[in-house]
Amino acid sequence: MIIQTNALRRCFGDLVAVNHLTMTINDGEIFGLVGPNGAGKSTVVKMLTTLLPPTSGQALVAGCDIVTNPAGVRRAIGYVPQLVSADGALTGRENLNLFAKLYDIPRSDRRQRIEQAIEFVGLQDAGDRLVRTYSGGMIRKLELAIAMLHRPRVLFLDEPTVGLDPLARQSIWQQIRRLVQQQQMGVLMTTHFMDEVDELCDRVGIMNHGELVVVATPSQLKAAVGTQDATLDDAFAFYTGNRLDTTGGYREVNQARRAAARLG
Amino acid sequence: MKSIKPGVLQPVLAESSAARPDLIWRIKSMIRCTLAVAEMDFRKLRHDPMELLTRAIQPALWLLIFGQVFARTRAIPSGNLPYLDFMSPGILAQSVLFIAIFFGISVIWERDLGLVHKLLATPAPRATLVAGKGLAAGVRALSQALVIYVLAALLGVGINWNLAAMAGVAGTVILGAALFSTFSLIVACIVKTRERFMGIGQVITMPLFFASNAIYPIDMMPNWLKVVAHYNPLTYQVDAIRALMIQGGVSMYGLITDWLVMLVILFALVAIGARLYGRLAT
Repeated sequence: MIIQTNALRRCFGDLVAVNHLTMTINDGEIFGLVGPNGAGKSTVVKMLTTLLPPTSGQALVAGCDIVTNPAGVRRAIGYVPQLVSADGALTGRENLNLFAKLYDIPRSDRRQRIEQAIEFVGLQDAGDRLVRTYSGGMIRKLELAIAMLHRPRVLFLDEPTVGLDPLARQSIWQQIRRLVQQQQMGVLMTTHFMDEVDELCDRVGIMNHGELVVVATPSQLKAAVGTQDATLDDAFAFYTGNRLDTTGGYREVNQARRAAARLG
Repeated sequence: MKSIKPGVLQPVLAESSAARPDLIWRIKSMIRCTLAVAEMDFRKLRHDPMELLTRAIQPALWLLIFGQVFARTRAIPSGNLPYLDFMSPGILAQSVLFIAIFFGISVIWERDLGLVHKLLATPAPRATLVAGKGLAAGVRALSQALVIYVLAALLGVGINWNLAAMAGVAGTVILGAALFSTFSLIVACIVKTRERFMGIGQVITMPLFFASNAIYPIDMMPNWLKVVAHYNPLTYQVDAIRALMIQGGVSMYGLITDWLVMLVILFALVAIGARLYGRLAT
């Protein structure tokens, strides 16, 4: 097991963002976390990546406790935030170089690792261009390359294909799959897209109002709806009581649109 | 403490079985991360150096206009130094302050992107992310020093061209820029938005500048302002630069005191900044 949580809880004032989250994610598994806006997905990711301390409960990531050993967690994880996490004023290789240093990759390996990563995502030719000239798909690829540099055991992807065109999404999916196969890492991804879940995830957890409502494989979820040819969208509505809608608060909508605009 | 409650997860890797916890390795890794963060900023400047030029305009105007006019009034007792000689170090310190005090806005940009989240999720100690920014501000500030040296020399200011003294000025400039940029980063971590940050930046620069010995000696000030000026780090920065940059310049407090005061404040600010930096992710 690469991630284990036990009664993880996070409150913001009176609001319980995540309540009593208990789940496990296995090595080599792609686990999708879905749910309406405000369901607590991002809070879960922030807690597991040590960006936000839990109010109570416990979690182990790659065997390290997120509260008592955050440094251990940080060494073991790769993280692609929802917003753009590469610096546009630097080239692709410069971005990789910065993170190679922050992740303490020995100087002797650095160049080779950077070239491997950049080749893996197919950005060799664009590596010396400023990232602000990249397309959205290229930026995501670069971010994947950065996240795999230090060979993490777990990868966190926060809405990895938001704002991308269909072709770029396909290509990102393919790379995530190859990455998992090649490096046997566990992946926790959040998403709003049910086709993405269908395409990528071995198991799905549906969150609603801070609670994990159900964990199952995509086919089990569809079967649970009980109607013929049920889709994951149906399953989502079945478990959360509402259709997929992306009407978050002002700030959330604003952020998502800006991210989409930058990536597009 | 060691007793295991039922249903509680047992970490495989306990606390700071952190790969190699020995001190030398830690210090090395802190230096490496600090330099990496500073290098990132340096590379950005190399891609787009325009900013440095535009930044140099304001101090140039101070020297050329304010300095020239006030040198004629002879209203300000500048000791045995001509007024322009007296104020040049003050203008250098001021331009360092102006560069540094708005530097914190870069972390607000990085927060609006996802870069801050990404940086905070790396194993780099947070103090190094903060210190790296400070060092980067120092490098930017050095370019200002260059401009002001040239301008001051052209205006006939008696500059001390001794290499050791110039190295001392460079060190003081880096120290001062790191100090004020870390302060600004702390403000950014607290207010989190550009608008509020700019407002606060405007509000604090003026008092910092005028409640110091930058363009007039502290002796001229009313008593209450003297007290403020003595707690103002800019005063010590100006004092050190004045002693080193100008022929016949003397330090009021002694260089060692100047540097110690700035170092202690810098360390304290980096420690506070490291604690607050994580707030940007929420």
